[in-house]
Amino acid sequence: MTTIRKTVASGPRLTRRSILKGAAASGLALGPGFVRYAQAASSEPIRIGFQVHRTGIGAAYGKWYERVTTAATALINEQGGINGRSVEIIAEDDGTDPGRGAEVVEKFATQHKCDVGFGTLFSHVVMGSAPRAGELKLPYYVVSEGHHVASGGLNRYTFQPGITDVKSQVISLAPWIAKNLGKKVTMIYPDFAFGYDHRDYFSAAIKAQGGEAIKLIPIPPTESSFTRYFPEIPAETDVIYHVMVGPAVLTFVKEMGEHFGSQHPALFGFIDSLEAVDLKSPGLEFLEGSYLWEAYPRFAGASPAAHDTFYRGKVGVDANGASTADPADISTFSHMFGCWETLYVIKRAMEAAGYQGPDDKAKLVEATEAMTDLAEGNEHPQGHKKFNGKIHQSFGHQNITQVKGGVAEVVYRTTIEEGLYEPEADYTTQAL
Amino acid sequence: MPFLPHLFLAFLEGTVAAAVLALTALGLSLTFGVMRVVNVAHGEFYMLGAMLAWYLAKLSPGAPLPGFLLALVGAPLAVGALAFLTERLVLRRINYDPEATIVATIGLLFVIQQLALTVFGAEAKPVAAPFTYRIAFPWFGYSGYKLFVVAASAAILLAAWWVMARTRVGLVMRVTQFDREMAQAFGIRVGHVYAAVFAAGAAIAALAAVLLVPIQQAHYLMGLDPLLMSFIVVIIGGLGSIRGSVIAALVIGMADGIVSVFFRPTLASILATLLVAFVLVLRPQGLFGTAPR
Repeated sequence: MTTIRKTVASGPRLTRRSILKGAAASGLALGPGFVRYAQAASSEPIRIGFQVHRTGIGAAYGKWYERVTTAATALINEQGGINGRSVEIIAEDDGTDPGRGAEVVEKFATQHKCDVGFGTLFSHVVMGSAPRAGELKLPYYVVSEGHHVASGGLNRYTFQPGITDVKSQVISLAPWIAKNLGKKVTMIYPDFAFGYDHRDYFSAAIKAQGGEAIKLIPIPPTESSFTRYFPEIPAETDVIYHVMVGPAVLTFVKEMGEHFGSQHPALFGFIDSLEAVDLKSPGLEFLEGSYLWEAYPRFAGASPAAHDTFYRGKVGVDANGASTADPADISTFSHMFGCWETLYVIKRAMEAAGYQGPDDKAKLVEATEAMTDLAEGNEHPQGHKKFNGKIHQSFGHQNITQVKGGVAEVVYRTTIEEGLYEPEADYTTQAL
Repeated sequence: MPFLPHLFLAFLEGTVAAAVLALTALGLSLTFGVMRVVNVAHGEFYMLGAMLAWYLAKLSPGAPLPGFLLALVGAPLAVGALAFLTERLVLRRINYDPEATIVATIGLLFVIQQLALTVFGAEAKPVAAPFTYRIAFPWFGYSGYKLFVVAASAAILLAAWWVMARTRVGLVMRVTQFDREMAQAFGIRVGHVYAAVFAAGAAIAALAAVLLVPIQQAHYLMGLDPLLMSFIVVIIGGLGSIRGSVIAALVIGMADGIVSVFFRPTLASILATLLVAFVLVLRPQGLFGTAPR
């Protein structure tokens, strides 16, 4: 019986293989022909390598980063492109993986001959990819959030002009938290770099306000159940400060609700936990009345600015931060604007530098560093930003919102000054 | 929190962890035991069960109970059918060769995972529990649904034991496990048994996922963790021994609950992995397994 089965099986297997071979060969023939553009003329489009988390843990963010990038690029091209040349996005999936991230950056520089790299979000991928971008002298504009760019730990070619870093965010929020919610804070944060930024800078910031982080509870990023951590929360806690990432956040909130019931400390959370998640999801009732940090409020509110409506319309997002095509498809609203704004920064820097091609990369870096103010408007819908060329980091307004009936309403918008800190580095002294 | 309530919470957490582990490992234990093949895609069948639970629950808006019941029936059936097809189209053709099966099911893992990403999307998908009841202890509150999962898990494990030990179907499976060729000589259609066992294993994984998804949420990468833990349980418990799997799940779940409440969850994982290493060195067939013939 076994022999018969084997004989039968070996027949089609050969055929399948040859079919596969044929398919692979035709795939190669039809694949992207980057070689054709090796001798780029100046009429060639400007190529922006878009490092996108299409798969892996960052995929929910990646989907929206891609939609925003597509919308912004279409708009820039409608407006005449950059220096008279059209913009072409070359998207590569990095699997939200640092190792693959570095490979993607390398592909942008050597294979696709991209002018710049752009769009990375997750901090470990930025950390993995940025050194390679520096070595290859590829201007690399990340849309992350971590303090890694501003800390001086990366290199002259890596920028974060479209979104404020965590250190600035938490410094600007601490006074409001200490004043309105309480001074004894228990922090719950992911047990890796992004969480440590929160731990270190918020602890210091709340101390400066006369408060204290009385308990630090790091949670491994792969955790799927949280009840076991709640006994660690001291009874005298005024505020639970929570920032979580990953898909388990709903469980986190639900279990916190089950643990505490109606008697609980004030809650202050980062929307990072709830990006792409409907605030009306089952289990999130516990967040009612709690406060959230949002870079860019998901809910447009009663009287949105004209540029906010413009931006939402172009991206295809409604006033509730959901896709206009599917109200159940919630965007990552507080992060994805960074792609839009960063693309406009690249455009502006290229125009200021008179950028013609890869030979002008040094000029592009200097032109980016020379920027100071990014005015609120259609190009910067989240708000006005101050860019510090020495540390390659933008500083903008932050928003504190309160959840009411599944909708987050803005209760306070910080000033840019509240989030400024002494620069820790100066990239401009590094060689180009 | 005072010590005793803390210990009580640790005990509750441990019980839930044990029930969850036993349930997710049951399907793997079954296929591992009867077919002697390693199904690396087991966790993806689990993930698919959770995804389908979300999809089916969404079909009946309003009160969560009807949607949950629909998922409880629909998801295991659909996943079982997919596993049946896999068995017929892939495993049978590679003649259940252990190494080839591992490679084939790794491929299947990626195919199912990426299809789930493409079809359902990358967001975590919440499913409402069929009922919400918060048990308010004086020191802390606890989810009533979690305790329901413990009861349901115990019922499913008992049912599985009853089928294996007391029914004709179970007898056929045990015979096939004991000696495949002899079973064939006695007129048992081994191929059919394999197909049924593989489908049943996947369906049980999906059933576990439907029960668990209200306390976890569906996500396309959720299959990896249960896969690892199921392997640990099955290796410690012994190949194909349901009793062994349950005891291993209890030991690991309780240890995990208590160690991670009082110390760190990472330490609990280290201990579980160490235990596997010790079992493999000292008793390779597992605590309750019999050495393969």
